Amino acid sequence: MSILLSEQKQNGKKTIADVTGPKAARLLEMGLLPGTTVEVIRSAPLGFPIEIKVRGYLLTLRKEEAECIEIE
Amino acid sequence: MSDILKNQPLTIALVGNPNTGKSTLFNALTGLKQKVGNYPGVTVERKTGSVEIDGTRHKIIDLPGTYSLNHKKVDERIAYQTLIGEYEYEETPDLAVLVLDSTNLDRNMYLATQVMDLEIPMIVLLNMSDLAEERGIEVDTNTIQKRLGVPVLPIVAKDKGDIQNVRQAIADHDLEAPKPLSWKPQQPLAEAITLITDEWLHPHTDLPDRAHPIEALRLISNNQVSDDFKNHPRREVAEEIIAKAQSQLEDAGENPTAVEVMARYKFIEQCTSNGNGNHRQEESETLSDKIDAVVTHKFLGPVILVAILLLMFQAIFSWAEPFMNLIDLFFVQAGNTVAETLPPGILNDLLVEGIIAGLGGVVIFLPQIMFLFFFISILEGTGYMARAAFVMDGFMTRIGLHGRSVVPLMSGFACAVPGIMAARTIESWSDRLITIMVLPFMACSARLPVYALMISAFVPNENAFGFISMQGLTFFGLYIFGIVMAILAAWVMKMFFTDGESTPFMMELPSYKMPKWSAVFYNMFERGWIFVKEAGKIIMAISIVLWFLASYPKVEVPDSITNSTTTTEASFNAQESASSYKLKHSYAGQIGQFIEPVIKPLGFDWKIGIGLITSFAAREVMVGTLNTIYSVGESGGNTTTLKQKLINDKDPDTGEAVFSTLSAISLMVFFALAMQCMSTLAIVRRETNSWKWPAIMFIYMTALAYICSLVVYQGGQALGW
Repeated sequence: MSILLSEQKQNGKKTIADVTGPKAARLLEMGLLPGTTVEVIRSAPLGFPIEIKVRGYLLTLRKEEAECIEIE
Repeated sequence: MSDILKNQPLTIALVGNPNTGKSTLFNALTGLKQKVGNYPGVTVERKTGSVEIDGTRHKIIDLPGTYSLNHKKVDERIAYQTLIGEYEYEETPDLAVLVLDSTNLDRNMYLATQVMDLEIPMIVLLNMSDLAEERGIEVDTNTIQKRLGVPVLPIVAKDKGDIQNVRQAIADHDLEAPKPLSWKPQQPLAEAITLITDEWLHPHTDLPDRAHPIEALRLISNNQVSDDFKNHPRREVAEEIIAKAQSQLEDAGENPTAVEVMARYKFIEQCTSNGNGNHRQEESETLSDKIDAVVTHKFLGPVILVAILLLMFQAIFSWAEPFMNLIDLFFVQAGNTVAETLPPGILNDLLVEGIIAGLGGVVIFLPQIMFLFFFISILEGTGYMARAAFVMDGFMTRIGLHGRSVVPLMSGFACAVPGIMAARTIESWSDRLITIMVLPFMACSARLPVYALMISAFVPNENAFGFISMQGLTFFGLYIFGIVMAILAAWVMKMFFTDGESTPFMMELPSYKMPKWSAVFYNMFERGWIFVKEAGKIIMAISIVLWFLASYPKVEVPDSITNSTTTTEASFNAQESASSYKLKHSYAGQIGQFIEPVIKPLGFDWKIGIGLITSFAAREVMVGTLNTIYSVGESGGNTTTLKQKLINDKDPDTGEAVFSTLSAISLMVFFALAMQCMSTLAIVRRETNSWKWPAIMFIYMTALAYICSLVVYQGGQALGW
């Protein structure tokens, strides 16, 4: 059962299951691949964007981008 | 390198992700020998410079910082086309110098593998190697060099010795080096590449052979290929071949969007992890993380941001003022000196009132621009700017803007010109454009003298509800009015301009760094110089036209106005009256009178009409113009203030007061909205690289101002105010 990264609260590292949707190509290029470890660090005021840690760097994603990422 | 090639001047391209220290390296290599401009037809800034190594001067192109060469965005397209020698406005580089961030090698290497596909001779620099070491990130230069088959150099771009090593690596580089090793597409991807190359790229396009693999990969991974071939005569052929390649991949169990990226990252992981698959990942909390916990905190974050913005606002508003006064004084003095030295006449007038005054009108902006860019460079240099965007993005997207719009918009309260220049920190073009287009609604300081005059004359100095000053409330209302109009305009524009598939927000939060002061000051002066050079000439030209309109044709002032006096005070008044007479009969005066029927429904008469023309130089000129016009017909000793004159002014036909509270409000509404500022238009022209956007800005803002003033004045009259 996988859930979307946009629904993930800050609780530790997760593994990406799949990256789909209109923003997928760019997310993949940024190193968010199936099997990559991600961690949600925090969310901005009003809930989005969120800040994630991936491959040792920090990246911010708006809701529609986080919705393209499924985690295990 | 062979001796024949040894002294040949090269064209070198610097390539890298944003935030890798590429600009620091560029500055270190070129020193002050660099040129900044725009690429033709687009708004991407082009930076070139030169470096002398062993007596040979090489050209360096600092390509836009990009994460990929997939050319979805215009800066990626420029970088890609330059590297393959297909960009008509740029020389083809002989050598690519890749700048990678050692603390974030995986993602940085992605771009490197793309550049390697282009078979251009290259050097790889692993920048920030000190920071990587500090964080315990293991970077095995030897392994990377062996796997890539190109020279790899760990550096710290701030270090002089390392820069010397880079220069040496450029000098030593073998332009006939064997192809880099890089990654190799496996089956079934390799087959799909061959299919597209043989059946489409080779027979139907002019692309150089070395660009075929990367182009084929782009077509395979792109699910909106049709955009590319909209105007291509063999469009169906292309679409059919691409669909065939994609379905081949799908049949083999691969996802066409992901297969290439996954293969590249697999190769990258082999380079960076010494083959053991489990590299680094510093677990301990860094200082950066600790700062972020406070600065991007849900509640503290916005508070800190507002405090920083207020400080910046204070700086550009009041710290800049003494400098602006000095500049003003200098140009007035210079004007006086020239006026007294040269014989009176047209040349004297042109020099003093046209050229010197116009030049003063350009230079006066420098303190605000430079103070603002001093702060922006620090915020960018430390890495805070990205955090500010992160904190504000939730609020700003709700009104159709971007997290990064906050700083430019705030600056707009001091002056739209530096604010519009600051909008270049917004990466996405549509967000940047909308920010620029609504920014002049922010109540800039040039509007204050007009507001102050009108409010003190026509808003009763009384308290509403016993404790709120009506005058203060009107002031406040005008500020809010500007903000609300900006939000509404942004919201409407958002519906018209989107980049199609909107550019993603995806933003890297770089680690905090100490700002590099030389870069801060360099950037500050560079922005000032760009303003003077590129907006300055437009402002000068319009100043001269406005001066001409307000000074010609020269008319004889009737004796009744000039000869009346015995006392010096009265003679002074007579002079004032004469200038009023001259202004009224000048072209500007004639235009003011000519447009009176158009502005009458807003409650304005011809005197305001003249002010609307002259205040195009700068909004505060309105006050000076009214002063000149109203100084007509004063007798000796009667020195009423402009405020009193406005209140006392009667229509000669009806005997009714020209101004009422209602017409004053109508005028303030007009000033809040109308595009009454040539300097803003000049800088919009520079920043959007076209006359189209300043033209649209002028028309929509002025039309909006007219309609709102009309509604206020006519509506107010209908209600019997």
